[in-house]
Order: sequence, then structure tokens, then C-alpha cells
Amino acid sequence: MKAGLAFLSALCLSACGDDAASTQSPPAQPQPLLSGYEFLQPQTRALQDDNFANPGFLWIDRGEALFSTAAASGEACSDCHTDTSLPLAGAAAHYPQIDAESGDLVNLEARINLCRTRYQDEAPLEYESDELLSLTAYVAYLSRGTPVSVDIEGAAADWYARGRDYFETRRGQFNLSCTQCHDDNWGKKLRGDTISQGHGTGFPAYRLEWQSLGSLHRRLRDCDAGVRAEPRMFGSDDYLAVELYLAKRAEGLEIETPGVRR
Amino acid sequence: MATIRIAAPDTASAGEVIELKVLIQHPMETGYRSGPDGKRIERDIIETFEVTYDGETVFEADLQPGIAANPIFTFYTRATTSGPIVFKWTGQDGESWSETHDLTVE
Amino acid sequence: MKTLSRQKSFARRSFLQLGAAGLVATALPLRAAADAADADAAIREIFGDKPLNEGRVSVKLPPIAENGNSVAITVAAESLMSPDDYVRRIAIISPRNPIAEVAVFKLGPRAGKAEISTRIRMAGTQRIRAVAELSDGTLWHGSASTVVTLAACLIG
Ligand code: HEC
Ligand code: HEC
Repeated sequence: MKAGLAFLSALCLSACGDDAASTQSPPAQPQPLLSGYEFLQPQTRALQDDNFANPGFLWIDRGEALFSTAAASGEACSDCHTDTSLPLAGAAAHYPQIDAESGDLVNLEARINLCRTRYQDEAPLEYESDELLSLTAYVAYLSRGTPVSVDIEGAAADWYARGRDYFETRRGQFNLSCTQCHDDNWGKKLRGDTISQGHGTGFPAYRLEWQSLGSLHRRLRDCDAGVRAEPRMFGSDDYLAVELYLAKRAEGLEIETPGVRR
Repeated sequence: MATIRIAAPDTASAGEVIELKVLIQHPMETGYRSGPDGKRIERDIIETFEVTYDGETVFEADLQPGIAANPIFTFYTRATTSGPIVFKWTGQDGESWSETHDLTVE
Repeated sequence: MKTLSRQKSFARRSFLQLGAAGLVATALPLRAAADAADADAAIREIFGDKPLNEGRVSVKLPPIAENGNSVAITVAAESLMSPDDYVRRIAIISPRNPIAEVAVFKLGPRAGKAEISTRIRMAGTQRIRAVAELSDGTLWHGSASTVVTLAACLIG
């Protein structure tokens, strides 16, 4: 373990020195750009590819049902969002984004909750609740195959800078940054795991480890806990900012919800 | 409430062996894990899965915690007559979930 | 923890061992694992004390499972599946999980084909066993093994 860490520190001294231009410049995308899917064993990939057996579809089926269930306002999501009016196909690939009305950065979960509170007279759903996971997975699934592309200009610029900063800052007892694992050491082994480039394009994803579907923020909490840092709250500003940075960094990769991961 | 997915043919010819695939949302909690608070998570599993068709039980399974969460089964049956195929899962406390698939035999 | 070299083309060398650096925040099993003797006992309990014949049963598992929480398995028994020559039951047995019995399936002549696929938990690398009981009362045995690279320690 010591040797490993020493190796890593040495690596970092050389890699972290070149001051990443400006926080506003586009992220250094890993080359070639590879989804987490590419780092899985063939059977795990086969499970993701199987549109019946992929357990993520249990949540998507539920999400589809919730989508057409009338809310307190009397209106279901499907009353406003159809193939022709406010269609949601492809929408998830452009999140997080700034909500024009509030000026806040919202991810897909927060966007869905905005519709609940603004248009359906309903309370926001809690992060990781079965309902919010199901709706998010369903809406993301409507964008399966759409390449990610997000706006980091204007009001999003500060969020992007903050996300980049979070990604590049060392933290936790192990004093490691996201960059050190996902930019500098992808493809290498960590325990039984192969470190991927750390893209969020499969989420919400079914992790075999969780034995359940989970949000990207749950995955981020696992990474922070892994370096013995205090995980941020679900939906926290830090994680929203990182989510935006991750999306910009993954631009070109396609949404693959429901991903299956180890 | 549990989400169930069934994949089965809608039609078959008499005597044909058909594939049935079923998936149900359930944690199959082993009773050997502890949660983040260090407290043991109570065992909560589906104990039996039964399939009836044409007046008979055609497939049955007794399950233990060694079956993975969100249990999936693929198995076969011979098409006999048109009618419902009923899939039923029963939990350890007697709670049950079922789903019916109508098969037409030509 | 064993990692096999055949993983991925860009699987380079191990660069750090954070040990259980967690990425897994759960717990140890509250019960010791079963062993070979428990597996034999489980088979006797299900089918009675009869001889096990090698053959007629095939078990398909992946060579490597990257998480023991869910491993795809297919068990098939050779049988005519006719009204007087069929498979009555098939059991899946683990010599290493806390409970050796994983599942027992009851079939019958109407199944048409004695083959079942499911996903099981595996508390580490092991040889999974399957036993089929035919309509004449004889027992047949087959097995296959999987290397579990991330044996989730929360297995039942
Ligand atoms: C000690 C190394 C390490 C650090 C530091 C780390 N991660 Fe990870 N991360 C992993 C491992 C291992 C996985 C699981 C395997 C993989 O990479 O997909 C993972 C998975 C991910 C995934 C899911 C990828 C997928 O396709 O499923 C994302 C997103 C991610 N990390 C983002 C981050 C972010 C953001 C940070 C910083 C807050 C971070 N990671 C810090 C090791 C690390
Ligand atoms: C009364 C009509 C109405 C209902 C009901 C409604 N929405 Fe919306 N939704 C809108 C409108 C209008 C927008 C466009 C943005 C805005 O004006 O807030 C929108 C935007 C969205 C977006 C972002 C689309 C994009 O292109 O960026 C998503 C995702 C979404 N809604 C999901 C849902 C979900 C899920 C539900 C049910 C929980 C729902 N909506 C219920 C009217 C509705």
C-alpha cells in the first residue's frame, strides 16, 4: 500500500505541476475518450446490453408508469410532454444546465423536481428515492444514444470553474484528486477494479455492488469515501458543479442509461 | 409494490417448447449485511416462485439468500392449450406478487 | 485479491493498493462461510442419502465475475423430458456461501427442456455444484468454477 501511494505521489509531482491553463478552458479530455462500459468484463457488458435482463429496466418501467400517473394538479408528466409538445427525447444529454426562471444550475433530478413543484402541486422527491431514481432513469433513457453536450457559458461558467476545481483538488486521508485516478491512471488496477475515465454517462446506473440502481451523486459519494474524504450531500452545489464539469469532459460520449457497473 | 418484467411469446404451436423469462424488483436481503449505521439489515427474501399453466404447476423454485437481488429466471414449458400463464412470487412473510401472461396456442 | 491478466487490453499494472479503500462501505458477514462438507450435507438434506453420478448435468458460469453479488449461471440436464423420463428437480449448491443451498427448482415432463438460468451470489472464488434428480430417482452431478475478483463481503 505504501509503495503504491509513493508511486502515485511521484506520478503526481510530474503531472500536477503544469498548471491547468485557466479554469475556463475546456477540460483535457482523456484520449481516446472511453465510456466506463469499455472497462467492464464481457458478462457485465452483456448484462447492460440485454434490454430484458438489465435490472435497470425495472426502474425504467416504473418511471414510465409514474410518468403517466396523474399528480395532485391532475396532470401527469405525459400530459405536457408528448412526442410533439415539449418532447423529452435527447433532453437529458444537455444537463446540468441553468434553469432560466431561477438562474440555478439544475441536473436532471432537480429539473424533474422543478416540474413537480411548478406544474404539479407536488413536493420534490428525495434523492435516491425509488420514485426519483425511476423518473430520472426513464427520462435519461429517452436520450440513450444521444451524445452529451452542455453549455458552460454565461451563468454556467462559474459552476463549471467550481466543478473543475473540485475535480483537480486533492482530498481525504489519501490526499487524492479525481484527476489523479480518472485522468492520470485510467486503465490501471485498483483492487479488483480497473479505473475508468470517470464519466457519468451511464447514470442512473445499476451497480452490482449496490445491488440497485443509483444516481451519479451516489457514485461520487463512493469515490469521495474511497479516498476517506467526507462525501458531499446528494444534490449539493459541489456535486452539481462536478456533474457539469464531468458532462463537458465527456462531450461526444453517448448517454447509455441504464448503465450496468461493477 | 414490485415491478415485474416478463418475456414470453404471445403465440406458439401446440407441443412447442417455449422460453419464459421473468425479472422482479426485490432486494433479496440476506440478513448477513449491516447498513451504514452498523446495524444488521434484517433478512428479507422471496422464498418461492411458482408458475401455473393449463391447470397445473409447471415450474417451481425454492429460493435462498444465495439468489442475487432482483431475481431473474429463464426456463421452459411446452405449449399445450391457449390460456393464462400465471407467475407468482411469495416473500418470507407471506406477501406475494403475481403477473399473468396470455398465450395463444394455434 | 486476485486479478487475472486477461482482463482488458488497457489493463496496465496495479498502481496502488488502497486495500479496501472502500469504494465499498459495507460490512463483514455475520456468519462463517460454508465448506465442502456443508455442501455435501445440503445435497443429502434435499435429495436423501443416494449416490451422486457424475455427468448429464452441465453448469455454465463465466470464467471471471467482477462482483460476487450477481453472477449469471445456467444449469442444464440431459433428459428426454417425456412423460416417463424427465427431470424432477435441480439444485444449485455453493460450497462457500454462508448457506450452501442456493435454490431448488421443481420441473416435470411439461417443462419440455431441463434448463434454467438465473443469477446467484458468490462469496468468493469457488466451484458451484448442481444436482439433478431424474424421474427414476437417480441423482446426477455437474459443476463449474468462477474466479470472483471482487467478492462482495455481503453475501448470503
Ligand atoms: C482512488 C482513485 C479514485 C479517485 C480519487 C476517484 N475515483 Fe472515481 N472511481 C474510481 C473507481 C475504482 C471507480 C469504479 C471503476 C470505474 O472507474 O468505473 C470510479 C468510478 C467513478 C465514476 C463512474 C464511472 C462509470 O462509468 O461508472 C465516476 C463518474 C467517478 N468515478 C468520478 C469521480 C470523481 C468526480 C472523483 C473526485 C471527486 C473521483 N471519481 C475520484 C476511483 C477513483
Ligand atoms: C403542466 C405541464 C408540465 C408537467 C405536468 C410536467 N412538465 Fe416538465 N416541463 C414543462 C415545461 C413547460 C418545461 C419547459 C421548461 C419550463 O418552462 O420550466 C418542462 C421541462 C421539463 C424537462 C426539461 C426539458 C428540456 O428540454 O430541458 C424535463 C426533463 C421535464 N420537464 C420532465 C418532467 C417530468 C419527469 C414530469 C413529471 C414528474 C414533468 N416534466 C411534468 C411542463 C410540464
